[in-house]
Amino acid sequence: MITILVAIAALGILSLLFGALLGFASVKFRPEGNPIVEQIDAILPQTQCGQCGYPGCRPYAEAIANGDDINKCPPGGESTILALADLLDVEPQPLDAEHGTEKPKQVAIIREDECIGCTKCIQACPVDAIVGAAKQMHTVIADECTGCDLCVDPCPVDCIDMVPVETTLNTWYWNKPDANIIATDGGRQ
Amino acid sequence: MPLITLSSPHSAKPTKISTVMGTVLLCMIPGFIALTVFFSYGYLINLALAVVTALLLEAGSLALRKRPIKFFITDLSVVVTAALLAASLPPFAPWWITVVGTATAVLFGKHIFGGMGQNPFNPAMLAYALLLVSFPVQMTTNWPVVDVYVSIGDTLRAIFAGNVVDGWVGATPLDYYKLNLATQTADEILASSLFNGWLPAGWVWVSLAWLAGGLVLIWRRIITWHLPVSMIATLALLSLVFGIDSDSFTPASIHLLAGATMLGAFFIITDPVSCATSNRGKLVFGAGVGVLTYVIRTWGNYPDAIAFATLLMNFAAPFIDHYTKPRTYGHTKAHKGHK
Amino acid sequence: MNAIAKQVWALPGGIHPPENKHQSTASAIAEPFIPTELVLPLSQHIGSPSKVVVAVGDAVLKGQLLAECQGNVSAAVHAPTSGVISAIENRAIPHASGMSAMAIVLKPDGKDQWRERQPWQNWRDMPRDDIFARIAAAGVIGLGGAGFPTATKLGFDPERINTLVLNGTECEPYITADDMIMRERADEIIAGAQIMADLLQVERVLIGIEDNKPEAIAAMQAAIPDSLAARFIIKTFATKYPSGGEKQLIWILTGQEVPSGRIPADLGIVCQNVGTAAALYRAVVQDEPLISRITTVTGDAVGQLGNREVLIGTPMNELLEAHNVDWQKADRLVMGGPMMGVALADAKVPVIKTTNCLLLPTRKELPLAGPEMPCIRCGHCEQACPAGLLPQQMLFYAKNKELERLEQQNLFDCIECGACAYVCPSDIPLVQYYRFGKGEIRREQAEHEKSERAKARFEARQARLEAEKAEKEAKRQARAEAARKAAEAKKKEGSAAPAAIAKATSKVAAQSGPIDIAALEKAVASAQAKVDQAIVKLNEAKETDPGNLPAYERALGKFEEKLAKAKTALTEGKAKADDPVERAKRQAAAKAAGVGPSVADLEKKVATQRQRLQKIAEKLKAAQDNGDDTSAIEKGMQATQARLNKAQAELDKAKAEQAPADDVGAKAIAAAKEAAAKRAAGIGPSADELRGKVAKQQERLAKIEQKLADAQAAGEDVSAIEKGRDATAKRLEKMQAELAQLEE
Repeated sequence: MITILVAIAALGILSLLFGALLGFASVKFRPEGNPIVEQIDAILPQTQCGQCGYPGCRPYAEAIANGDDINKCPPGGESTILALADLLDVEPQPLDAEHGTEKPKQVAIIREDECIGCTKCIQACPVDAIVGAAKQMHTVIADECTGCDLCVDPCPVDCIDMVPVETTLNTWYWNKPDANIIATDGGRQ
Repeated sequence: MPLITLSSPHSAKPTKISTVMGTVLLCMIPGFIALTVFFSYGYLINLALAVVTALLLEAGSLALRKRPIKFFITDLSVVVTAALLAASLPPFAPWWITVVGTATAVLFGKHIFGGMGQNPFNPAMLAYALLLVSFPVQMTTNWPVVDVYVSIGDTLRAIFAGNVVDGWVGATPLDYYKLNLATQTADEILASSLFNGWLPAGWVWVSLAWLAGGLVLIWRRIITWHLPVSMIATLALLSLVFGIDSDSFTPASIHLLAGATMLGAFFIITDPVSCATSNRGKLVFGAGVGVLTYVIRTWGNYPDAIAFATLLMNFAAPFIDHYTKPRTYGHTKAHKGHK
Repeated sequence: MNAIAKQVWALPGGIHPPENKHQSTASAIAEPFIPTELVLPLSQHIGSPSKVVVAVGDAVLKGQLLAECQGNVSAAVHAPTSGVISAIENRAIPHASGMSAMAIVLKPDGKDQWRERQPWQNWRDMPRDDIFARIAAAGVIGLGGAGFPTATKLGFDPERINTLVLNGTECEPYITADDMIMRERADEIIAGAQIMADLLQVERVLIGIEDNKPEAIAAMQAAIPDSLAARFIIKTFATKYPSGGEKQLIWILTGQEVPSGRIPADLGIVCQNVGTAAALYRAVVQDEPLISRITTVTGDAVGQLGNREVLIGTPMNELLEAHNVDWQKADRLVMGGPMMGVALADAKVPVIKTTNCLLLPTRKELPLAGPEMPCIRCGHCEQACPAGLLPQQMLFYAKNKELERLEQQNLFDCIECGACAYVCPSDIPLVQYYRFGKGEIRREQAEHEKSERAKARFEARQARLEAEKAEKEAKRQARAEAARKAAEAKKKEGSAAPAAIAKATSKVAAQSGPIDIAALEKAVASAQAKVDQAIVKLNEAKETDPGNLPAYERALGKFEEKLAKAKTALTEGKAKADDPVERAKRQAAAKAAGVGPSVADLEKKVATQRQRLQKIAEKLKAAQDNGDDTSAIEKGMQATQARLNKAQAELDKAKAEQAPADDVGAKAIAAAKEAAAKRAAGIGPSADELRGKVAKQQERLAKIEQKLADAQAAGEDVSAIEKGRDATAKRLEKMQAELAQLEE
């Protein structure tokens, strides 16, 4: 009987001790802000398109940190979903079609002959990638355009096209060799 | 004719997996010959039994996994596994021991992990360990005695019908030596009928045959020298050091020439899938096997420890790989582990 | 002179593929031929593409500059023969992707006419800068296969460089171009090497040649003059693939390793191919830019194997036709060797400056690899790797796209030599996995950079929008603040003239505020005055202007109406004013304006309190008679008494304020008020009053005169004072006139 009591007492004291230590550590070493939001934001593609339903990538990152689904980002695509699943230790899900489909990278291009200089697209661009002013020619800075598609709708003369980004000699590289023998081979490939 | 556009290199050495496995099998021939000549036909019978079982089970597993059977079965890897197991099992053990062992090796040692190239443990040793633990009697009382000739008919009957005559089987030298060290001195043990002065020639020849086969493997560049050399060297070193007290410890010569030391050093631990990757890692791996073999043989419950030593080091192989990456050209030191 | 030194270092790893070199070394280097057209891509080298300096239709001579260097790392392109520029357009180039790039297309005219050349008899006499200029203008690049512009490499600071390595290794099977050039043009190579050695001011030149080229070794030995034997050292070593890689050769010849991510120049070494040295000689000494190179044409599908000097830009199919290729047998068209060459889909692409070999094997000669089997972890790849990598691990990570770990395996140190894939028993296309991995990592890095930029731009935009909003908000608040301040200022002004304020408030109050009796009375008074005036005018008109009599009568009528209205308003207002609500409103308005309640209100207050007090006294008496508890009533009575006293005090105070005894300003205002009232009533000031006024004005004038005199004496600006003096004098005159009139 005594041994049982001693055992209980010993374990109890140990757990109190460690609990106190952990509690102290959780207060003293609490990280500033929520670092997980930064990490999630670093994975998201920063297109700022709003297709996920949030006004930008940072708000979506915060929503994910609060438990929102990770499969709402079409520009990020499969690779982003997998990276987020890895980071947050959740099951990866297929892209939610409600929020759009994964398209190849695109950039916007303005047909300058038709541009009327209304600045509506400039106001719509979340990364200020359109140069222009009222009654002046508008043009897209192709290097900064994230392909988010938000400028196409506001244009009253529908003069903006989304064109796929082409591979150049500098960006071309070999495909991964196809080693799959049966359809279920592959997994995360 | 349309030109083929593949990535370089456009030529390759004609070595295939079947080449590697085939060479291993060829190099095992001297060993099997020595075993048969000096000990028993049982080894050949077990070999046949094991190979047939292995091929059937492999075909079945591949079919279940929807892989092309002929393509995979012709790489001969399962034949090597069967051969290794047959070389390790007692020749007079009942046939179902061989069959169960082979089944364990093929199913639980290989296919359950994903087939070729995916097994973390040496399949033959996994099977041996399982058999030894599950059927200790059959695995320890069926070892042959040197210079006792048993005809092939009798051997077949022994294996398939269980008619094992007492005179045909006995303790192995390692077993005998270890058991009697407690009560006798080294000289007394060596004077016994089993030894007759020293290790019986049969055992020495068998070990030398395995050694010869192993050296050919190294010459053919199928394996490198790192694993066998480190294992044998470590074992030799330990047994020499401890063997100074010859009345308490088995001498180095017995350690190296009796038992499965040579078979283990050249054929068992060199199973590429389950051993360490880099040359440095192989040195560590081999040394580990040597240490564990000596420890288990001397202070453990089992007379021959190659199987367990190999399995234990297989556990450690990924860890060894982490810390023994080779130094890349242009870098000052090897990069350890992952970030 | 035996210039061979012994010490070499063994290359780790490596393989020994069958050499297959004897097929193409049987004959000498064949002469160049002029094809039907020459296609010259603008980017045959590492660095920026060249810039075109000719136009379509231009006639050009052999060796003429067609495209110049652009930037620091670039090379020029020259016409390999004379002819006409037929196009400058996108053409298929020899690249694994099969893409096209911009190229100059030249149609030869068959004359093969050189441009003017200025050979230098003794290049050593020429200034360094001129030599460099000539090299830069000659378009010489590394002909070993990498294509690095030679001018840039030779432009390194000589202080840094102490060794020149000449690469005569040619380790790859089948290729024999360097072998042949060493056999036939060793003197050009050594001459070129001398130029390089001079420009870089190196202490020694190490020439590395594999031991499978005995004729080449002999030729090179013979070409080194005795004077240079100490400085130019030929080192031969055992044949092994890939000894010819720059990093590997440096290790073999010097025992030094190029640190990862750095260049050999960091070790003080510059490495050049022997073909490049020969081309440099021709460029510097003979003023012949790089317009041709030695190319090996080999493989079982080729009828006539051997080496040929080929004009840059020759379409490959024409070159192959010249060597009797059998297209039926050809399985692949490999530009380069079997280990690192690029398999091309289209034979019409041109030979470029880095095309050292065209290999057309048959299927039997170089069989296709089998399907990829799982890796058996045999470790042969690791043993073959010359760079000390773990190809197995890199394979696993590349397969699973674990890019971070893949990079940690030093993937970017892989030279893609193919030794690992060569030995792999599982036929795994390892090099393709690594190329894929490198491409993925680079792509992810580029995407990551782009998304960082997008994030920065997005945040900047958010900040900009916030700033604009804040600005608007601030402006709005500033305006509100200003309005409030203005209102306050106005209030402060009016505290010295309660009447004026009352007027203002009364004007406002006239619409909805409390009723001002004073204003109503004034209105009545002014209306009365207007009526009196009208009567006077009418009487006058009766005598002076009888014709307009009705008009005057009408005017009088109007004024009488207005008077009646004003009187009614006054009566009503008085009645309303007694209304407690109005009173309260008035008091509130007065308080808001900073003005105390008017005397009338205070009187009313006092009266109210007195009434209440009386009521309570009666209550008290009644309670006392009844014998009830009177303590509460007594308390109430005390409170009311207190309030009464307070109201009385306020009233007295207000009355006192209304008649300020000593306040000069108040007095003046009161006087002004009286005067205004009198004027309104049509009553002018009395004579006495006028006399007083005149006296005062005279005083004022005297004062100003004095001030003016002082200022004039001091020399100050007097215009303002003079103005004041004039105004005062005028007013005085006016008053004196009035007085005179009154006294009449």
